[in-house]
Amino acid sequence: MKYMLIMRATQEAAEASQEMDFEEIINAMGAYNESLMDAGVLLAGEGLADAEEGFVVDFDAETPIVTDGPYGETHELFNGFWILEVASKEEAAQWASRAPLGPGSKLEVRRVTDECDFADFADNEYVQKEEGWREEQAARAEGKGAGGKG
Amino acid sequence: MTDIRRTVDAVWRIEGARVVATLARVTGDFGLAEDLAQEAVADALTQWPESGVPRNAGAWLTAVAKRRAIDAWRRRERLAERYQAIAHDLTEAAEQEWQPIEDDMLRLVFTACHPVLSREAQVCLTLRVVGGLTTEEIARIMLVPVPTVQARITRAKKTLAAATVPFEAPEPGQWRERLSGVLGVVYAVFTEGYAATSGDRWIRPDLALEALRLGRVVARLLPRESEAHGLVALMEFQASRFAARVAADGTPVLLADQDRSRWDRSQIRRGQSALALADRVGRGRGSYALQAAIAQCHAVAPSVADTDWDRIVVLYEALGRIAPSPVVDLNRAVAVSMATGPATALRIVDGLASAGALRGSYLLPSVRGELLARLGRTEEARSELLTAAGLAANEREQAVLRAKAAAL
Repeated sequence: MKYMLIMRATQEAAEASQEMDFEEIINAMGAYNESLMDAGVLLAGEGLADAEEGFVVDFDAETPIVTDGPYGETHELFNGFWILEVASKEEAAQWASRAPLGPGSKLEVRRVTDECDFADFADNEYVQKEEGWREEQAARAEGKGAGGKG
Repeated sequence: MTDIRRTVDAVWRIEGARVVATLARVTGDFGLAEDLAQEAVADALTQWPESGVPRNAGAWLTAVAKRRAIDAWRRRERLAERYQAIAHDLTEAAEQEWQPIEDDMLRLVFTACHPVLSREAQVCLTLRVVGGLTTEEIARIMLVPVPTVQARITRAKKTLAAATVPFEAPEPGQWRERLSGVLGVVYAVFTEGYAATSGDRWIRPDLALEALRLGRVVARLLPRESEAHGLVALMEFQASRFAARVAADGTPVLLADQDRSRWDRSQIRRGQSALALADRVGRGRGSYALQAAIAQCHAVAPSVADTDWDRIVVLYEALGRIAPSPVVDLNRAVAVSMATGPATALRIVDGLASAGALRGSYLLPSVRGELLARLGRTEEARSELLTAAGLAANEREQAVLRAKAAAL
């Protein structure tokens, strides 16, 4: 089963990290990522750029409104994620608790849905269209792998 | 199962291999290391409910196991040198950040797959000490009773001890042979999950995914070995079809009839990356990489008709040269029939038949029957398909072949 580890940091954690040596942070995170790779459980992961570069789309009004913020009442920022393939919820919890994060940081851990969760909608037109798109993506990646055919 | 049991199991999955590897290096005895690690796990089960799960659980297990080793040696008043070394090691290392050593992991993989062991024992030991599965988990996925798994592991450890197998990676001269044994064990675990030989389910994704993880571990340990990446690629491509390989009622669905929209695209992409990596580090493709390349052709084809059959034929030819087998030739014949038509393919199949290959297997007459049917030689086709039905062991397979014969 797949789990997504969602990194959330408060202002407190962001400020604390400003004080730290950035290379130290990179090294700690790199060592953690390497342990995930060594164990064969890491499927994907990305970090997110500062919230200043992002924005929020608010659906409270009739027409969605694009604003610079705020980022929810708790001021928690979503700033990166990992996707792991593990055998149990407990294993996901163990990996999550090993992340090199300090006070002010939280990891939200969510199971990633799979085929089984949408079994009742396999015939849905848009579910099928999306699969078609995924096939095209795969074919394109294949073309590149086979010598730049495009 | 209690929560603490599940947590300890999770820790063992993550840390078990490194704990055993460290202990095996220190004690020089693989079997003893495994026993000590298991005793430490038992200690964790009784102590963690009180003390909580330690932040550095792997270091905790290793330290407890080392202490148990020292106690045992102290009682026996022997191996003084080892005792001193390990005691020194413990005081030095206990407070330090726990740093597992990759060389130890590599030795662990090679020891668990040592050729002195039976394939069965290699699989059990690999799942247990490298994969971090519990005896109960192995018993469940191998569909044998727990005592059988315990007995296999105990016997395996005794065999290693009796053969005085040192805890080390093989000599350069044995390297290639031993590595192919390791990859063979990983693939054997995968194959058992991909097409289960026993039990009530045709595929067992849990087992196959465990093999895939083991494959990734080996590939990470041996990043310069092309075939390790090739094997990972092959397993990724094959596993991408899991959701489509079984119908709702549990019957197997053949490749040609599978709903390709149910193939796992992200898994296919991982397969492509692994195969690209195999090509980058290797000088030419080995058997796993070639099989992966064939699987890739299927994985990216929008339909059976739009499959690059010419390329598959060439890949089977290459595979037949480095790993000759009548099954490869038969598969090549099927690909040829799709690329250039049934007549050319029939010549290959007839060649196999006259050489006496695959005698007693339903595979050859069933392919021959299909080809004859496509050539309009209906009478011969029917007779071949019925011959195949008579040879097939699986009832479902027999029914399919009889139905094909009847429909001609």
